[in-house]
Amino acid sequence: MADRHTEPRALSEKVWERHVVSRTEGKPDLLFVDLHLVHEVTSPQAFDALRMAGRTVRHPELTVATADHNVPTTGLDRPVADPISAKQLEVLEANCASFGITCYPMGHSNQGIVHIIGPELGLSLPGMTVVCGDSHTSTHGAFGALAFGIGTSEVEHVLATQTLAQPRPATMAIEVDGALPAWVSAKDVVLAIIGKIGTGGGIGHVIEYRGSTIRSLSMEGRMTVCNMSIEAGARAGMIAPDDTTFAYIEGRPHAPSGARWEEALSDWRGLVTDEGATFDSTVRIDTSSLAPHVTWGTNPAQVVPIGGSVPHPDELVEPSAREAATRALEYMGLVPGTALRDVAVDTVFIGSCTNSRIEDLREAAQVLGGRQVREGLRALVVPGSHRVKAQAEAEGLDKVFIAAGFEWREPGCSMCLAMNPDKLSVGERCASTSNRNFEGRQGRGGRTHLVSPAVAAATAVAGHFATPDELP
Amino acid sequence: MKPVRVVSGRAVPLDRSDVDTDQIIPSDWLKRVERTGFGAGLFSDWRDGRDFVLNRPEHAGATVLVAGPNFGTGSSREHAVWALMDYGFEAVVSPRFGDIFRINCTKQGLLPVQVEPSLGRALIDAVIQDPSLELTIDVARGTIEAPGAGLSGTFPLDEFTRDRLLNGWDDIGLTLRHEKAISRYEQARPTWMPSAPARS
Ligand code: SF4
Repeated sequence: MADRHTEPRALSEKVWERHVVSRTEGKPDLLFVDLHLVHEVTSPQAFDALRMAGRTVRHPELTVATADHNVPTTGLDRPVADPISAKQLEVLEANCASFGITCYPMGHSNQGIVHIIGPELGLSLPGMTVVCGDSHTSTHGAFGALAFGIGTSEVEHVLATQTLAQPRPATMAIEVDGALPAWVSAKDVVLAIIGKIGTGGGIGHVIEYRGSTIRSLSMEGRMTVCNMSIEAGARAGMIAPDDTTFAYIEGRPHAPSGARWEEALSDWRGLVTDEGATFDSTVRIDTSSLAPHVTWGTNPAQVVPIGGSVPHPDELVEPSAREAATRALEYMGLVPGTALRDVAVDTVFIGSCTNSRIEDLREAAQVLGGRQVREGLRALVVPGSHRVKAQAEAEGLDKVFIAAGFEWREPGCSMCLAMNPDKLSVGERCASTSNRNFEGRQGRGGRTHLVSPAVAAATAVAGHFATPDELP
Repeated sequence: MKPVRVVSGRAVPLDRSDVDTDQIIPSDWLKRVERTGFGAGLFSDWRDGRDFVLNRPEHAGATVLVAGPNFGTGSSREHAVWALMDYGFEAVVSPRFGDIFRINCTKQGLLPVQVEPSLGRALIDAVIQDPSLELTIDVARGTIEAPGAGLSGTFPLDEFTRDRLLNGWDDIGLTLRHEKAISRYEQARPTWMPSAPARS
């Protein structure tokens, strides 16, 4: 076998290699986990199993928990109305207390969506392995971390051993080049990518997003892109760290400082794909004429530019895609050929781990300033964390949203997956900045269209899908 | 985990692609803190439709689910696997699985049988045509056979996962055999790595 360290390697391979605890031919590698994030939904059974086996948490100090999926976004001073949710939230706190794990419960100033708080607290850093019982753990890859979602059995495994046995994934480069036209955001870039490679296009792969467009994105934008890697089926998504990354991290609560910061920086600067490294596959996207994207169906790959129309299933080549499109249109209550701009919405949701960071809220507020939400339309903003909420309030964004007719809510996953009271009803149509337009995702029978924060805000004003520059 | 060697029985044909884990077990069901009782929630949004394939009497008691491509994509919820198993499924057949779902399956002993797209298609058609068709999946040999329809094929399973399934080994126990290597790794971690001090 050639010496791995003299051959050019991709970023993901470098990060992978430095976490191999043990390697045996024919078996998955045993990887060390630097950070394990935990939330209330996928952890109770893991803690239970740990207890039943008489095991302990190997590294409570490398484990951080928060409540996000279930928490209500109003009335935090009142008890949680849904007894089953309340129990799950209580169980999280009790488990963390008994195993010595830091936990940010509902109402805590560090609480928020797990993928928002890791980066903002400086817990998710370049070159780390980050796992969580949640598929959107890919978000943390924006820092050059190898970050992926795991199931509850693996949560238990990480709690007990701080390691995971993983088969080595394939590598995929997605090269994104071209300037971004006005009002075209990271969300549109990633929707276009998923539209191109499909929901299964990244299965078994770690994607590295590369190219001038990616380099020009802020950390918030990069997180939006990496967040949705899983919607293309990818194991993880990564972006090589650079000065934008380092500037974002410096000074955050858990970020290294002083001599350790210098040590970290010199290490992080080496976290790039080597010249001459090869990827198992490469996809290229030119963004110079990209338009904002809107999904029309029930998976994120069923997407078109906002100027487009609902496709005709018979135009699709693959029988399974045809069948899926037909079913999706029926569920979504859409007729082929309808222009997306003519589709009216009932609700607008700005939130989720894809688009609830400060920059997303700024972008939406910029569109809403001096404008009004369309009469009769329900509009809510759910900041990703208490820190985001506080920052937004310090900037006066809450006032802009409220004046426009939006509800300004408490942080959490909220209407992204409808485990709390924020749900769509049957047939209700929603423009959402979240990441999944699956059937019933935002409430049974609800119809979700994925969009960027700017399009969500413009749509709230227009009452139908719109870009900000179309508003009067 | 109980050892899994051979799964045989009738199948349910779920002729849909991109069946994500939100469909397998909708989020309402995720509030439970137990690991049992999820069978009632399996495909619960679809099961209300009387025509839904799971509701057809001819498929009662089936142990294999044969689905279209991209099965189990989306959310990492292992509840999807618990629901399928609690309902009575012992294997799922699809041309392509979501990565996390596939891993979750092997942790619990639900067999993810990844077949060539043409075989996947043929199996669905065969089961639709003859609901009494018997399928046999052999873990050691990595084969799936439906002799009644003249269909057979292989599916990939890495050596490690196969041995784990055949023996019903506990993953954590296996990992802890590497205790020395883990300790050695821990000693050498960079000092800049963040930690959230444990509470007493
Ligand atoms: S915001 Fe949505 S996608 Fe993100 S972690 Fe919460 S439920 Fe999952």
